Amino acid sequence: MDALITFISENLLMIYILVFAIFLGTEVISKVPTVLHTPLMSGANAISGVVIIGAIILIRQADPTNYFILILGFLGIALASINVVGGYAVTDRMLDMFKNKKKKK
Amino acid sequence: MTTSVYDFLYLISIILFIIGLKRLSSPDTARNGNLVAAGGMGLAIIISLVYPLGVEQNNYGWVAGGIVLGSVVGITAAKKVQMTAMPEMVSLFNGLGGACALLVSLVEFYNYPEGVSLLNGQIFTTLFALFIGSISFTGSLVAYGKLQGFLRDSLTVPYPRIVNALLLVAVIGLIIYIMIMPTADFNWALILMAVSLIYGITFVTPIGGGDMPVVISLLNSFTGIGAALAGLIYNNQVMLVGGILVGASGTILTILMCQAMNRSLFNVIIGGFSSSGGPAGEGREQIVKEVSPSDLAIELKYSSKVMVVPGYGMAVAQAQHTVHELESMLEEEGVDFKYAIHPVAGRMPGHMNVLLAEADVPYPKLLELEEANKELTTTDVVLVIGANDVVNPAAKDDPSSPIHGMPILEVEKAKSVIVLKRSMSTGYAGIQNQLFFGEKTRMLFGDAKASINKLKEEVDQA
Repeated sequence: MDALITFISENLLMIYILVFAIFLGTEVISKVPTVLHTPLMSGANAISGVVIIGAIILIRQADPTNYFILILGFLGIALASINVVGGYAVTDRMLDMFKNKKKKK
Repeated sequence: MTTSVYDFLYLISIILFIIGLKRLSSPDTARNGNLVAAGGMGLAIIISLVYPLGVEQNNYGWVAGGIVLGSVVGITAAKKVQMTAMPEMVSLFNGLGGACALLVSLVEFYNYPEGVSLLNGQIFTTLFALFIGSISFTGSLVAYGKLQGFLRDSLTVPYPRIVNALLLVAVIGLIIYIMIMPTADFNWALILMAVSLIYGITFVTPIGGGDMPVVISLLNSFTGIGAALAGLIYNNQVMLVGGILVGASGTILTILMCQAMNRSLFNVIIGGFSSSGGPAGEGREQIVKEVSPSDLAIELKYSSKVMVVPGYGMAVAQAQHTVHELESMLEEEGVDFKYAIHPVAGRMPGHMNVLLAEADVPYPKLLELEEANKELTTTDVVLVIGANDVVNPAAKDDPSSPIHGMPILEVEKAKSVIVLKRSMSTGYAGIQNQLFFGEKTRMLFGDAKASINKLKEEVDQA
């Protein structure tokens, strides 16, 4: 119980942000047309690659001789980069098709 | 002093994420929105590279190596992937993001100082991120495998509900046990990881292929939550807000998709579709009528309104370009040619729109469900190209059908229905379609692309 209270008091600001972000995310997406579900899912997926920052911080703080952390962190960065870069590229490819047509019309 | 400057820049990248996501939800601004979000991500990554951490060793070589390797793989994959394989690709990417959350939380646990009590929010967040990241990783891989076809839907865990419940209890038990232990024992974190990875597999395997898009969306929101939890660990607002934005929007998308199929999320997770029984009307003698391409060509040429219902069969045959060519030919003959798009046609909502957009089909020609149903009454010929469940009248007439209640395209309202199909096999939901035996229905068997090519030739000659 004490642990819980300490955690809440130490992270109060983060908890505020968390709650507001949940409402914000819900509001931002609430009325999206079916046509865009796939690109939106893909674009949001790319944003979830933001976890790469965690891997970067982790590696930057690691001891240069601690290969266990370095290798896991390296893997984390590589995998998350695939998610981020691939995700944005794929979304762009999908959306590109919608755009082209507009020009021709 | 300097950290506040960096924190402010982090805020800018959060704003870019929000604007990007907002713009992604409207067709006119979507592409721009994606670029804005990508810009936000680029900025966030750059800041995280130079942010003063107090104890930095930096190891920039490792960081750069990871980013370069990942970017090359990511770009290559994104460029090579076929438009039809998009859902698989999204799922695979998502799994990799989950894997990163998993690795980060694992190392974070490993790094936890010796001799400090584990009963605190920090450890709980870390373990929870480990759990969520693991499910997202293996779950997405299973979803990828199922969509790609190398994992069969029939491959299931015995008693999936019991197994899943037991694994979940085990996960909760492990988290509690680790937290009340006096010191961090890394092996227990590894056991938690192993159980969570298995849970990810058994969580997704019982779910039928037709429900896969919903699951991918759900796993996507899990990865977002994993990223947000990692943000809590590092006290990093970008990760927290970015992750939660994805978590919240993923959850909304999941619910919207369930609504489109008139099913509850619970129903999807339990896997009602795949476990459904034998095809309705089996055993009865049923006659299907076939149509020849030349007859059909003449019929099409002299009808005033034609509607196409595209499905996954069109997607796998890569027939969207050919269909568009047929459309142009018939339009020249004065035929009104439109497309009826069911919200869950294909393997993902909006999948058909993307494919037809790729083939340059003009936007106004794509009708959504309600609009299409209105126009179907005045349509002469409906071409159902590789779609099954979205036109199955059982959804309306047969309360025992597993898809009962799902809104469908009422193609039988049209004067004539032509079904292009490779064989009489059932669709993704695994149920036979009475439509195929209907009065007005005729079948054109064969690969969709080949059939339509043949049809084009005949239209040309007719």
